[in-house]
Amino acid sequence: MDLDFMFEHLPRLIKATKLTIQLTLLSLFFGIFVGIFFAILRTSKNKIFYYISYYYSYILRGTPLLVQIFIIYFGLGQVEWIRESFLWIFLKEPYSCAILAFTLNTGAYSSEIFRSAFETINKGVVEAAEGLGLNKMHTFFKIKLPIAIRQSLPAYGNEMILMLKGTSLASTVTLLDLTGVAKHIISTTFRPVEVFIVAGSIYLLMTFVIHNFIKFLEKKYSFNN
Amino acid sequence: MKNIFKFFLSSFAALMIFFSSAQAESIRIGTEGAYPPWNAKDESGKLIGFEVELANFLCIYMKADCTIVEQDWDGMIPGLIMRKYDAIMAGMSITDERMKTINFSQGYADEVASLAVMKGSSLEGMDTPKAINLSKGGGDVKKALKTLTAALAGKTIGVQTATIHQNFLESGDVGQVKVRTYKTQDEVNLDLAAGRIDAALAAAVAFTDYAEKSGKAVVLVGPTFSGGAFGNGVGVGIRKDDTALLKKFNAAINQARKSGKISELAIKWFGFDASM
Repeated sequence: MDLDFMFEHLPRLIKATKLTIQLTLLSLFFGIFVGIFFAILRTSKNKIFYYISYYYSYILRGTPLLVQIFIIYFGLGQVEWIRESFLWIFLKEPYSCAILAFTLNTGAYSSEIFRSAFETINKGVVEAAEGLGLNKMHTFFKIKLPIAIRQSLPAYGNEMILMLKGTSLASTVTLLDLTGVAKHIISTTFRPVEVFIVAGSIYLLMTFVIHNFIKFLEKKYSFNN
Repeated sequence: MKNIFKFFLSSFAALMIFFSSAQAESIRIGTEGAYPPWNAKDESGKLIGFEVELANFLCIYMKADCTIVEQDWDGMIPGLIMRKYDAIMAGMSITDERMKTINFSQGYADEVASLAVMKGSSLEGMDTPKAINLSKGGGDVKKALKTLTAALAGKTIGVQTATIHQNFLESGDVGQVKVRTYKTQDEVNLDLAAGRIDAALAAAVAFTDYAEKSGKAVVLVGPTFSGGAFGNGVGVGIRKDDTALLKKFNAAINQARKSGKISELAIKWFGFDASM
């Protein structure tokens, strides 16, 4: 183990971490909306809405993220009418392809997390809200959503960590995120052990931050105080 | 009783002789299997290509028992050092940078690099010589690099990661181009055809092979490159401490060259004699 060598390459890896954080945060941000949207569809009484949401989550959770990102990046790039459409402005760039793949993927998992959170809401609470004269919109945004969000915190924290690690696949579509730069350094120095230990430590540090952030939120919004 | 004992003893001796004669030296050779026509895989997943066939002949000359091992390109040299295999035959050019870490046998084939674009690109028809050798330098090379620098300014160029082609583009010889790196040459070809990159740099034969098989309008532009960052031909990569194996490979390559085997295989796979 060569500590000097590790420190020498640390700055480049830290710089690349910026892209990893960006990809994680943007995907999670869009993913929350996608997740809530499909969770609502899932609880809908309309059979079509229900099945759209059901199969979206079924397919996206049932296939590897690597396959999804390859289909979006290399797959759609082969289709001529897509290349000639306005979509190409967006799909031409590896960055937006990665965000799209990650968003759809985390959206599917989040929709399941939010759905189960909605389902655990006590019927009495909803009835009480209706009894107080709140309309449907108010009941949803003021009562159901906050409870569901609190309920889904532990599971969603896990999803954030999974997404953070999932962004390492961005390196497969030419993006130089933390993993991408690590591989790049290895390809010129031929020393995978040291470089991956440093990269792994940076990932660990980030999961540590996410883990504690969720723990803090759980405590702050605990039902017990 | 005695006879039975004799029978066992003699059969045991026979077995010993059989094993000792069958036990040729075993050598594992690492290749990528994704850089046609140098090395590739057929539909059934079997390794094929110029280097796969050449490796088999070299092993016959060395009287060695060889297995060819597949390894992703970006882990090729680490894999050799970690003893996953004993030699690399993967279209790997002999460069000073790699020589810091591993040894190379004498070159067995010349890899000529070239830029490629899709037909209709603005990069077509660059006014450069047909071929430049960066080691030679001189006015012609300087002029060609200047033309290339001007033509490639602001363009995105795709290369396979950890290759001489990436090193060349990042060396500053053609200014500050945007380099996009891919895990395999296949992916470079896909993105070139999709129009995500303006040009790509690799072995000229890698592009002609792709154009032929895919029917895509990929064309070579500019000069072909050799020397300098492009190294001095393709050789067998061997661990620094493995000098005995290095000698064996050098002798086998000599023999293959003399017998015309390298030329024959090169013509078969590249369409021209790339042997050296």
